[in-house]
Amino acid sequence: MAVGVLVDLTKCIGCGSCTVACKMYNGNKWIDNRVPSSGEKAELADENWTVVKKHKVSKTSVSDSDPKEVWRFVKRQCLHCKDPGCVSSCFAKAFQKTEEGPVIYYPHNCVGCRYCMLACPFSVPKFEWNKTIPVLTKCMLCAGRLKKGELPACVSACPTNVMKFGEREALLAEAKRIIADDSRYVQYIYGEEEAGGTSWLYISDMPFEQLGFKMNVPKKPITRYSSKYMHFTPIFGAVWGIILTGIYFFTKRRAKVKKEAGKKDT
Amino acid sequence: MDFNFVFEPDRWAIRVSYDHWSFRITPVRAFLIALIAAAGCIMLYRFAFGLESVSSLSDRWPWGLWKGWAVFAGAALAGGGYFTTCLVHVFHIERLKPICHRTLLISLLGYTLLLIGLFVEIGRWFNFWRPFVSWGHESPLFEVFWCVSLYTIIQFLELTEIMTQKVLRKFHWILVRIFPVLAIVGVVLPSMHQSSLGAIYLMMEGRLDPLWWSPYIFLFYLLSSLYVGPAMLAVESVIVSKAFGHVTPMEPLKLLARIGGVLMLIYLVLKIADLVAANELGLLLANSYESNIFIAEMVFGVIIPLAIVFSPLINSRPCLIAYGFLASGGVFLNRMNVSITGMARDAGVFYFPSLFEFIVMFGIVAGVVLVYLFMCENFNILTTEEEHE
Repeated sequence: MAVGVLVDLTKCIGCGSCTVACKMYNGNKWIDNRVPSSGEKAELADENWTVVKKHKVSKTSVSDSDPKEVWRFVKRQCLHCKDPGCVSSCFAKAFQKTEEGPVIYYPHNCVGCRYCMLACPFSVPKFEWNKTIPVLTKCMLCAGRLKKGELPACVSACPTNVMKFGEREALLAEAKRIIADDSRYVQYIYGEEEAGGTSWLYISDMPFEQLGFKMNVPKKPITRYSSKYMHFTPIFGAVWGIILTGIYFFTKRRAKVKKEAGKKDT
Repeated sequence: MDFNFVFEPDRWAIRVSYDHWSFRITPVRAFLIALIAAAGCIMLYRFAFGLESVSSLSDRWPWGLWKGWAVFAGAALAGGGYFTTCLVHVFHIERLKPICHRTLLISLLGYTLLLIGLFVEIGRWFNFWRPFVSWGHESPLFEVFWCVSLYTIIQFLELTEIMTQKVLRKFHWILVRIFPVLAIVGVVLPSMHQSSLGAIYLMMEGRLDPLWWSPYIFLFYLLSSLYVGPAMLAVESVIVSKAFGHVTPMEPLKLLARIGGVLMLIYLVLKIADLVAANELGLLLANSYESNIFIAEMVFGVIIPLAIVFSPLINSRPCLIAYGFLASGGVFLNRMNVSITGMARDAGVFYFPSLFEFIVMFGIVAGVVLVYLFMCENFNILTTEEEHE
């Protein structure tokens, strides 16, 4: 069973409780003077594994034809892909995906090359740029709490039940039901197909592209070309080696024959 | 034995000699030494205080000048070594022998540049050996790491074959014996990692600009790493004639340029075919920052060099040199475009390397140039007298 979280953005009031719970459970510092974890300037960062970002969007309601400015709050964190780019891109296995779903970081394996930051289609992993001995950081879906049968810290702290934790496939079915029953929802589930599917799923009443969601993420696993390439590569190496050895002996013999023929002529 | 210092007034140089070693320090070389010292200080500072203290890298821009130049461009430009090794020692094209020592040295130094640059650049440098024991074999970087490491050792052994003509002569025969194996493995490994350097970008679909991103980007990296070899040699022939007055014969350079030209033509055709297949030819007319740089890369780095190679212009030395500078500049630009230009729109921020990043990069290049000059002055690099059987 793979776990997941369904986020209903219509329920979020932007209180930021989830970011506090995240920092407390993971022992992360407050760095609001550098990068805030909630508000309009909120961004994921080395100490911010989850943030709640405020977006001002204009909405046209049924009763009033003039568009009005409304606020929406988007919780961001690692989406825990089914086929994670960070796991596949790491050449030292510093990122590993557990069977239950969370993608975990093991710093003792990490070289700090930061390929994961670029391989992640959602730009989630962050780096401690100002540390002498830095690590990569990101949400690990509170894998330790899940083991004990508890909810992720952010989910358990939410006062308005924005997030629902459970089995991913069940949550996906529920999300489909919710948006089908209520026409105010955008008919799209973010995370259903993005990068081949993610553990976190989002539904919203405002278009996702207006809420800072990246819409050009490939719908198939981000790893599909590279893993195929890497499967093929040992065969390529072996065949290439055999061909070169063949050419080596062939051209060497040819040169020798030519030399001897030259000697006979003279 | 003592150090000897002789002032050579006609060249404004001091010749330092010790036993049978000698090295000339000219004003240019003194400047290069100063650059190395500055780069060394910045590196120490970076190791003490982290990457942010010297670079303009950030979460939005994780890979900058050092990765782009040292790793991607550095590996490509050094790639010329295996192309020539392959033609001389595997295909037994005897006419190319006079220049193969030189490409070998330049290639080894290129890889040294890559390794030093990378070591400064990675955040957890003390862990650099982890991929040897913890195998992330699904990552193209894993292949790059293993092949570059092994190939650097192989190149060092190949170079030892030249060095043992002067020092430690009793080991020379061993190296001559194993040379064919070194030569073949020394072609397979770089072919693999040159293509996987491109394969690194396979996972950046939707992030790297579609002008450069392709599911076949690894093939483009492999082909360009091959054809850049002859071009780099032409560039190097200028440096050698300036520094030592050694005139490189035209014939091997021309032959190599023609072989490289064929590969370049295949590259051009595939590149166009790739854009057509992805229905992206229209992007060329977008008149955007990316499209203009892409067109410049293709015209100056591929089409004009091709025109020189397949016309009588190739017979004139200045044109051959122009071809060398254009083609290798084109590959350099390509690697920088993939790692910087093509990533800018998605990152949403403007990246310009800090002064420190530049000094470190130039310092490493200066170090490589000095070692190259020292090797040429003290070892049998510019000519090849020994035969391999």
